[in-house]
Amino acid sequence: MVEHGDIRVVHCGGSKINFRDPVITHDSRFLLCASGEAVKVFSTSTEECIHELRGHTGLVTGVLLRPSNHLQVYSSSLDGTLRLWDFTDGILIKTCVIGYPIYSFYASAKHENVIFIVASMPSDKRAERFQLVAVHLPQSGDQMVEAQELSAVLSGVNPNPAAIAFGRGGEFIASVNDLQLEVYFFKKQKSFRFFLKEDNKKGGWNTFTCVACHPKDDCIATGHEDGKIRLWRNFNHKKEYTYSTLHWHHSAVSSLCFTPEGTNLLSGGVESVLIQWRYNQESEQDFLPRLGGAITHITVSPDGSLFCTSHSDNKITIIQSCVKVSAVIQGLVKGDSIRTDLMMDPRSKALVLNGKPGHLQFYSLQRDKLLYNLDIVQQEYIHESGLQQFEVVKAALDASDSWLATVEERHQKAAELELNLKLWAFDEQTQSFVLNTTISAPHDAQITAMCFCQPADSQTTLLVSTSKDGHFKAWQLAAPAHTEDEGPSWLCDFVSAYHGLVPECCSFSADGSLLAVAFQEVVTVWSPSTWELLTTLSQPPGAVSDLCFGRLSCSKYLLGTTASNLLCWNLLTCSLEWTTSMDVRRLVADPLSENMAAFCYQSGSTDLFVFKPSEPRPLFSHKAVCSGKVTQAVFAPREEMLESCEESSQWLNRSQLYFLTQQMDLMTFTTKAEEDRLLASSKQTSLLLLFFPFFSQLLQTPAHVLPSTSYLCSMFVQSLLISVSDAREEKAHAEEEMESEKEEEDSEEEMESSRSKPELAAAAATESDTPALTKAQARELRRVRKLDHSWLAGLLDS
Amino acid sequence: MGEFKVHRVRFFDYMPSAIRTMAFNSQTERLAVARADGAVEIFNFNDNFFQEKVIPGQDGRATEALCWVGHRLFSAGLNGEITEYDLENLRPQYTVDAYGGPIWTISSNSQGTQLAVGCEDGTVKIFAILEERIQFQRNLNRHKGRIISLCWHPSSAQIAAGMTDMITIFDAETGHATRRLLVDRAMGASKNKEVVVWSVGYLSDHTIISGDSAGKVQIWNGLTGTLVRTYLVTKWDVLVLSVSKDESSVIAGTSEGTVIQFQFISSTVDQHDKEWVRTRTFRNHSHDVSALAHTDTAVVSGGMDTQLVVRPLLDKVEKNTQESALRKIAFPHRSLVGCAKKAGLLLFQFPDHLELWKLGESEGHGKPGDRLPVKRKPEKLIELKRKGEDHICCSALSACGGWLAYSTVSSVRLYRIQYNNTISINKVSKLPKELRSVHQLCFSSDSSKLFASSCQSSVIVVAVSQQECRYLHTLKHKTGSRQPVHLLCASDDGKWLATANTDCEIHIYNLHKMKLHCMVPVYNSCPTTIAIHPVTNNLISVHADQQIFEFSLVQKEYTQWSRRLQTQGLLSLWLERDTPITHITFNPKNPDHIILHDTYMFCIIDQSLPFPELNAVLWNQMILKSLPVSQRIGQSHAFKICKSFQHLMCVSLLEDLSLVVVERPLLDIMSQLPAPVRQKKFAT
Repeated sequence: MVEHGDIRVVHCGGSKINFRDPVITHDSRFLLCASGEAVKVFSTSTEECIHELRGHTGLVTGVLLRPSNHLQVYSSSLDGTLRLWDFTDGILIKTCVIGYPIYSFYASAKHENVIFIVASMPSDKRAERFQLVAVHLPQSGDQMVEAQELSAVLSGVNPNPAAIAFGRGGEFIASVNDLQLEVYFFKKQKSFRFFLKEDNKKGGWNTFTCVACHPKDDCIATGHEDGKIRLWRNFNHKKEYTYSTLHWHHSAVSSLCFTPEGTNLLSGGVESVLIQWRYNQESEQDFLPRLGGAITHITVSPDGSLFCTSHSDNKITIIQSCVKVSAVIQGLVKGDSIRTDLMMDPRSKALVLNGKPGHLQFYSLQRDKLLYNLDIVQQEYIHESGLQQFEVVKAALDASDSWLATVEERHQKAAELELNLKLWAFDEQTQSFVLNTTISAPHDAQITAMCFCQPADSQTTLLVSTSKDGHFKAWQLAAPAHTEDEGPSWLCDFVSAYHGLVPECCSFSADGSLLAVAFQEVVTVWSPSTWELLTTLSQPPGAVSDLCFGRLSCSKYLLGTTASNLLCWNLLTCSLEWTTSMDVRRLVADPLSENMAAFCYQSGSTDLFVFKPSEPRPLFSHKAVCSGKVTQAVFAPREEMLESCEESSQWLNRSQLYFLTQQMDLMTFTTKAEEDRLLASSKQTSLLLLFFPFFSQLLQTPAHVLPSTSYLCSMFVQSLLISVSDAREEKAHAEEEMESEKEEEDSEEEMESSRSKPELAAAAATESDTPALTKAQARELRRVRKLDHSWLAGLLDS
Repeated sequence: MGEFKVHRVRFFDYMPSAIRTMAFNSQTERLAVARADGAVEIFNFNDNFFQEKVIPGQDGRATEALCWVGHRLFSAGLNGEITEYDLENLRPQYTVDAYGGPIWTISSNSQGTQLAVGCEDGTVKIFAILEERIQFQRNLNRHKGRIISLCWHPSSAQIAAGMTDMITIFDAETGHATRRLLVDRAMGASKNKEVVVWSVGYLSDHTIISGDSAGKVQIWNGLTGTLVRTYLVTKWDVLVLSVSKDESSVIAGTSEGTVIQFQFISSTVDQHDKEWVRTRTFRNHSHDVSALAHTDTAVVSGGMDTQLVVRPLLDKVEKNTQESALRKIAFPHRSLVGCAKKAGLLLFQFPDHLELWKLGESEGHGKPGDRLPVKRKPEKLIELKRKGEDHICCSALSACGGWLAYSTVSSVRLYRIQYNNTISINKVSKLPKELRSVHQLCFSSDSSKLFASSCQSSVIVVAVSQQECRYLHTLKHKTGSRQPVHLLCASDDGKWLATANTDCEIHIYNLHKMKLHCMVPVYNSCPTTIAIHPVTNNLISVHADQQIFEFSLVQKEYTQWSRRLQTQGLLSLWLERDTPITHITFNPKNPDHIILHDTYMFCIIDQSLPFPELNAVLWNQMILKSLPVSQRIGQSHAFKICKSFQHLMCVSLLEDLSLVVVERPLLDIMSQLPAPVRQKKFAT
């Protein structure tokens, strides 16, 4: 994140939840998983994110329940700290500074106050050599402690967390790396190593991928690259060790897990089938197929009632007793490449992009939640690497959001390109898109661009597609020819070419009266009503890769980008208005203003310029937004306008700009004012406790002197109810507020005196970035609270 | 190396017989293997798995089970008879009818005093093992249904018997059944098919292990009669089980060709609550594994696909050594091909007939590696069916092609063959009565004498001529070895005869004086082939551990060449070959050349060239050809190995200096096997 004035680039939701294996709490009610720089706490029954544990400044690399206290959880991060949290309240209890980036970490009940971390030690000469290090946690009451006692246990371990496992309650630790299994017995301080041959005669790859240990017996299960699972026994002998082999997976086994009782072994891989092997009766297996993307992690709740699998499509599935999928927590699906543009669905305010293979996903940015997946290809996806399957490559939504056009293609070696254009109509009843027309082979070659006409008044919608075969085609909704039972369908209305050149992109003007199609160096402007070529604009050298009409007051301008220039034509004079030399990778126009955003790639990073076509000076520029190229971006209209007075952030008032980096991170821009508002609101919610005297009383009184819960319950409900009618609500509301505020102030002071400071701070500011608040900050907070009470009214109304 | 015109013979369609059962004697380290045609083979595991002895089969003798009692070997079969073998004369010593219908199984108690057989009529019969014979003692209580498998408890107090649908435990003292363990049938459609307990094991802690036709290996507590654990290992049958001597490991052979190991392992380290756990799976067979033996260090398996596989257990042997290499024994370790060098005839020996072929001819000359056009195709002259029930145990063809002899355990037959465009074969009717039971036959090089090895390592010499067949002499040695002679070799000049027996002794007889000339110092590995050099009259012997010796008959000592070879040592590449040398021939043009072959290669040893360095890299011909001449000479060494012909049954040099190479590709043998059981490869 780069600080830039008062506008910051921030990650916005959709971070990976399948990065590390999640943890299910002892009561099976919560699921904790590492997500970016935070730990998310989900409810296992409602799939909702309850809260986030924020505080790490690097990528979180592991979450682990504290063996000695099942209400606390450790998390590790690349920032070199271990943090201990109370996950039910979301309070940071302790921070332990290690000083090395932690790649994964382990703990066991047998080793109290010892955490085993995998870190790369700088003392080693080789670039990447990881060590398993035992860290003795200092026993002091301080919030921030520094770990002093580090002792290396194993060297040359795999940083992948699946490669190390504790056996039999921490008696030994098993670590796999490449072709070696190493078992270290803590009691005897002796380690045994077992090697496998690189590949066997039948062409299998013996490389280890993961390891799991039986909770009671001395049995180690290892997964291998060729899909085999080996069960190792007798490994406390150098020679007389033995193993048996289980083979079902056809590709690498990515995760193994024993159930807590040790009666079953779970395994998963790219096949996306969860297999339950009976321990000691391995010929009997249970399968749970078709779980979605490839399985990356498997975890079992401590009581064994819930299984949970992470999938490569950023999904966590919660499975009850190995038969029923009870909940699915779906993050933003980020495949290897997103080939469609980013789009905004105006109806649901959702971001539309490639999701699962063959699907389009609708992702709500406000709620950071996947709304639904639309199956475009409508074919079973086969989970096997190296297969060429249908992919959604283009998608377009029309302005009124009643039509969706998608292009899917499959390009196999030594076979012709298979291409389908599908048009989907929005169905009001089911609130989803329904397939209206499928046009197979709409063009002879790949479709390069597609766009809907956005006429304000006209009833007919028009779709234009350009293809590498040198043609562009216009498609129109036509009435059915003779049958009455069929609805209208899409037909080709017009085909044209220009000197055999390949059209690269197309764009409609805002009112739909002009269509611009770029044929390499030449931009042609057509009238969609008569299909007349109005004019050609050309500015050699360089093929035009992106076209965009200006909006509102700038609608006379047409902007184009080439590999080296950004061009702006005036359509009234048919001449080049201005040009500037920059490598624009993506040009997007704000639908609600004249603003345009250009992402330029320069020496390894991308710069952003926001400008109006009519003005020579950019409104806003941001150097090095992110590393790598940005090829997808979108302006999302805001629900309520921001009132920002600062000039440089005015362009963000109406819409918000989202973009995808090369690492497939979804980023956006926020203004300072926006952030402040967010911060304030989050603090207010967390101060809910302090606001109501009832709660504070409840919390401060010892439990044994409290009246019965049923009595308290009615008191609690009464405290929330508003007994006056709607007409007088306002007044009563205000009064109550006044009252409660006063009382709250009292109580808070009381608390301040009675409690130690850090505790209060923790209670007050769980969501804030800083764990401890100074007195000044606390005062500031109180001031903020006094300023804005509108949220409380909303809360009470709801 | 020299260039030869090669007859590549592929018309010997030798088909080995399926392995039916086997028994391992851990005291003598001998493995007895019974084949489906009734033949019994003895392999010596101390001596590179050399096939020491072959007892030929007999029509109608379907051996179902083998059992070692000390040095004595018993077998029982579906003809209802118990047979004890005479391992010195390679024939059944006597047979005893059990009078209980076909016998399925035989087992001896640990003391070696009693023999239990399981019969078709449901009886378990106990025989007392006496010196020289066995005697019926009594029947255990009779049950309905056949007894398929038997196993004695190591204390000899109980016997477990596998039957259909159950296992019965008998008290060996009283003969009463003490427990019946009911075995579950297979699930699903085959629910009403009765389950056959193919094999049982009875361990000293009263654990019973059973393998059955439902594909289960079950572990029972024999004291309480309860089922401890069931392992479903195959969809088909578990045919055979074998328990290791220390009872820590059990292997099971299935119809799918897999061998599955179970081990008695403590579930947690350093504790003693051991349990049986399925561990390794060995997949070395394409068909049923019907015979298994668990030696101390290896799993020996055999079955329908006729190969004997020795798979060392890697936790018991040193890794990456010759000891840990997998061995497959596909061909017999003796020559089944006779070659008449002068006449260009080949004699192929099958268990029930002999085939005499005339080699084809070709014309023209080609470059090395060319395939010459065949002018005259090879021709099968005679197919000679044997008489009687007994299978052929050995055969011989004289060098001139005029005489043919074969022998079974009961008789010897000699034929006169005349060949001039038409073939005529006449049996020589009056044979001397000394020629009755022989193990090996050999003609002298001038075809005037026939040598036959007989009992107690003696050799009978018979003069053969047009008119009559006359007994001349019996050659005897003085060491007192009673082991059979398995190799016979006469010198070209007719003066010497060499014999080798399975006690590793090689005796040299002077045929002019008709008496023992000398004995070659005994080496501790059995000779696999011997030959007398036609020019120097040196005896070349190759042993099962791949060592080569040259012994001068005149000086009665090892030659200089042999001593040099022994001091320098053989290449590890040579020593690590896993098939023995089965035949030696000499090049009449170049007396320095010795031609030897095993299954996978033939080798020309040039005695005039130096031996290769022990750690020398051996180049192949392609690289050698690319080297300049001077360097090539520097690289040349005594061992020239050719691997372009594989699965060799015989390599011999004819008088016209053309090489006969008899191949029998393993793929051809595999293709003649019945189809294996169907296996589903992929399924969810």
